[in-house]
Amino acid sequence: MQWDIVIGLEIHVQLATRTKIFSGSSTAYGAEPNTQANAVDLAMPGTLPVPNEQAFRYAVMFGLAVNAEIERRSVFERKNYFYPDLPKGYQTTQLERPIVGPGYVDIDLANGETKRVRIHHAHLEEDAGKSLHEDFHGMTGIDLNRAGTPLIEVVTEPDMTNADEAVAFAKKLHGIVTSLGICDGDMSQGSMRFDVNISLKPKGSETLGTRTETKNLNSFRFMEQAIAHEVERQMDILEDGGTIVQETRLYNGDRDESRSMRTKEEANDYRYFPCPDLLPVEIDDAFIDEARNSLPELPDARKARFMDQYGLNDYDAGLLAGDSKLAAFFEAAAERGKDAKLASNWVQGEFSARLNAEEKSVAQSPITGAQLGDLVVRIADNTISSAGAKKVFEALWSGENDNVDAIIDAKGLKQVSDTGELEKMVDEVLASMPDQVAQYQQESDPKKQKKMLGGFMGPLMKASKGQGNPKLFNEILVRKLGG
Amino acid sequence: MTISRKDIEKVAVLARIRVDDQQVSALEKDLGNILDLVDQLSAADTDSVEPMAHPLNAVQRLRPDEVTESNQREAFQAIAPATENGLYLVPRVIE
Repeated sequence: MQWDIVIGLEIHVQLATRTKIFSGSSTAYGAEPNTQANAVDLAMPGTLPVPNEQAFRYAVMFGLAVNAEIERRSVFERKNYFYPDLPKGYQTTQLERPIVGPGYVDIDLANGETKRVRIHHAHLEEDAGKSLHEDFHGMTGIDLNRAGTPLIEVVTEPDMTNADEAVAFAKKLHGIVTSLGICDGDMSQGSMRFDVNISLKPKGSETLGTRTETKNLNSFRFMEQAIAHEVERQMDILEDGGTIVQETRLYNGDRDESRSMRTKEEANDYRYFPCPDLLPVEIDDAFIDEARNSLPELPDARKARFMDQYGLNDYDAGLLAGDSKLAAFFEAAAERGKDAKLASNWVQGEFSARLNAEEKSVAQSPITGAQLGDLVVRIADNTISSAGAKKVFEALWSGENDNVDAIIDAKGLKQVSDTGELEKMVDEVLASMPDQVAQYQQESDPKKQKKMLGGFMGPLMKASKGQGNPKLFNEILVRKLGG
Repeated sequence: MTISRKDIEKVAVLARIRVDDQQVSALEKDLGNILDLVDQLSAADTDSVEPMAHPLNAVQRLRPDEVTESNQREAFQAIAPATENGLYLVPRVIE
């Protein structure tokens, strides 16, 4: 049987405010346990929450960036449940009147088409603390530094139909919130966490199937794997004539396994009600206008500018513009290097590969965009070959030296581009390889001839001690052999 | 409006409050009375009244995003039943 996959996402975005949503405690990451958990965060009796204005500004900026309506009067509710990392016994969140109403985001698909994913709403809420399940004499350790960190939870409509679309949406959202500067986007620290709702229905059917929710995915890769895993699990059950149980599941990315966390029957009855400690928050036009005026360039606009200003194609522009830090790095390299296409190739090639291999973010890169730009200049003006450029990149990355020209000198990577000198070498090599020359000249297929040129390059590079300009060698070879 | 024993038992579980059978009977009567009182309010015509989220007719004051709290972990942990390495210890929770 053929199935349609239906996917909706809930995304928790940690806001990059200095302080918590309802208290003046710092939100800085990595502090000693509980040193940033104070009276309000610990739910001490007699304390009252006071909302952080910046959290509202960030939520409004987000709403404007996703083409959503801003709720002028938003209300906080209590979601009641017991868990030790939630000292109040309820999470302060929004239900009936969330700050951000319906909106949408357009994503680029692999086939070059654009797809609109609708956002149902986004609301402000507080994060919980962390439970450490290592053994403390049979007890659990609780760190409440994270408790009260402001979040926006973004809820989409079930508009995605496969893992690629869901990941494309997640990446787009990541690009938007990091460009806005409202979230640091560091997924390894839990700054963005994804819950995926998945259901299957017979192909073409109008009726939605029963869905499951897979919670707390903290990387794009795990999200992709978790979707593939859950789709397969549901398909197996349905094709065996079984039924899907509405439940919350946990996915273990390291083992590619999932297990049920709770089913609908056991689902919590959260008993939401308006929080009596907080009055409704009113936002006026001036506040919204101010947020609108502070919006920076967003990924879609940046992509269009990259195509226009640097002559990049749709794919390259989309990839580089999607992440604000990568975009800034590329721009620095392109401005300095004066060759945007070459800069784009190096940023997406060698540079991104190294970041991935070492699991580093752009911000943690040991080299700057300007340094890569200097390298691009020397590749573009033929001072070094691409093989030489890789050696320079290596030296920059390892911190051996931070100056491109100094590295080229120190390592003797400068190419010989003096045509007179190169011609002499070509003459000598051709004279020493009469059989291959004859073979080449008897060959009528230009494709095969092109391949045969490679046979001369080795000896030529050897003769020039690796410093001959391969492009020029090639040109001279073709001319001399052809004539 | 009445409240059933089952409702009371469920709410007690959700609120993590232990009630014995005798208390349930008493609560059935007391909570029933409270609900009856609230029911009388339903008789009022509120069609033209916008629901309020809060009894005070005021809006929330917001706070600038500035750190005002310092580390007082020692004072807070002095009254905690169990702590270790700066963590609060609680009976083990398994998800």
